[in-house]
Amino acid sequence: MLGFVLYRHLEPLANLLTYTVFGLSRESHAAAALSFFLFEVPKVMLLLVSVVFAVGVVRSFFTPERTRRMLAGKRESLGNILAALLGVVTPFCSCSAVPLFIGFVTTGVPLGVTFSFLISAPMVNEVALVLLFGLFGFKVAALYLTTGLAIAMLAGFIIGRLKLERLVEPWVYAMPVGAATADGDLGWPERLRFGKAAVKEIVGKVWPYVVAGIAVGAGIHGYVPQDFMAAIMGKGAWWSVPLAVLIGVPMYSNAAGIIPVVQALLEKGAALGTVLAFMMAVIGLSLPEMIILRKVLTLPLIATFVGVVASGILIVGYLFNFLF
Amino acid sequence: MELKVLGSGCAKCQQLYAAASQAVAKAGVQASLVKVEKLDEIMKYGVMMTPALVVNGQVKCSGRLANVDEIVGWLSAGSQG
Repeated sequence: MLGFVLYRHLEPLANLLTYTVFGLSRESHAAAALSFFLFEVPKVMLLLVSVVFAVGVVRSFFTPERTRRMLAGKRESLGNILAALLGVVTPFCSCSAVPLFIGFVTTGVPLGVTFSFLISAPMVNEVALVLLFGLFGFKVAALYLTTGLAIAMLAGFIIGRLKLERLVEPWVYAMPVGAATADGDLGWPERLRFGKAAVKEIVGKVWPYVVAGIAVGAGIHGYVPQDFMAAIMGKGAWWSVPLAVLIGVPMYSNAAGIIPVVQALLEKGAALGTVLAFMMAVIGLSLPEMIILRKVLTLPLIATFVGVVASGILIVGYLFNFLF
Repeated sequence: MELKVLGSGCAKCQQLYAAASQAVAKAGVQASLVKVEKLDEIMKYGVMMTPALVVNGQVKCSGRLANVDEIVGWLSAGSQG
């Protein structure tokens, strides 16, 4: 409630501070940058806290054990769809990628279905969606959600069809895996505590990136001339999509740091498809996660995984540059 | 009593280890506390999300940080049974 009232008054408040309190002229670069910053930081933080809390509560219903049971022995196509969707709501951290991978494939979740989960879990996450919604609006957030899910489903399906089980490190399938002991049913007080813990953990971790990202975004907003990006990241430049993916893959940033920057790029004439491709490459394909997964996957399988997902991202990039 | 913290050494695993050792002190029970980082032993418990806490061979929580009081609760329940 308080959040809502605050939200309604943010923009006039940010303008009041910029023009009246700091006495900056309306036309100056500094004023444009500062009012952008003062408006976006509290807005994004409010959105972030409420959504992370809600998602934390939702996630208390989806343990990896439950997800695994739902996916075990599923037919491929249906399994891929389900896995991508569950990837959004199942709690996941890339430091657990290895035990999760082993737990899935040794108990009858097909390899391709496991990949659908591993692609969707980091790429389609609540922090990315909140920032996209807050900074770009509903349309872009919805596009990101649906195309991200589509990539996870299709890439997992293709990897499954390629029958690459032999490229998994051989010891993985031989590893004895105990029966999971479930956490038991939680009551509502615990679920709410789950949400609060998620806020403390996630918002506590990402807020400096949000502020830094918005600061960079504010700088671009205030100082970079309009349409500056049109030449390099605009629709006309066909090579901009593959380039965005190439730069994006080795870059490791969480959604919180990259999205405010991307917003400012978009505003200065970068094309939507190029920007979406860049973001997906940064968030969805990260070098540290590949290094962690190297423990259980051989290099050719990692290369196939990156290749298939990167191709999906390229297609999304071109598709949106073509459509909008 | 035997406590095991399962995890490959990330920040959260260390926090859980710290919480567990505080809980042992607070509950005033005789307990051994070890950190398990080897993958095959983690998998033996069927744990897919680290960190996890195992009390007397039973996985009490995984994928999240339990707080000290929660662990004390498991310890006192375990020492009676």
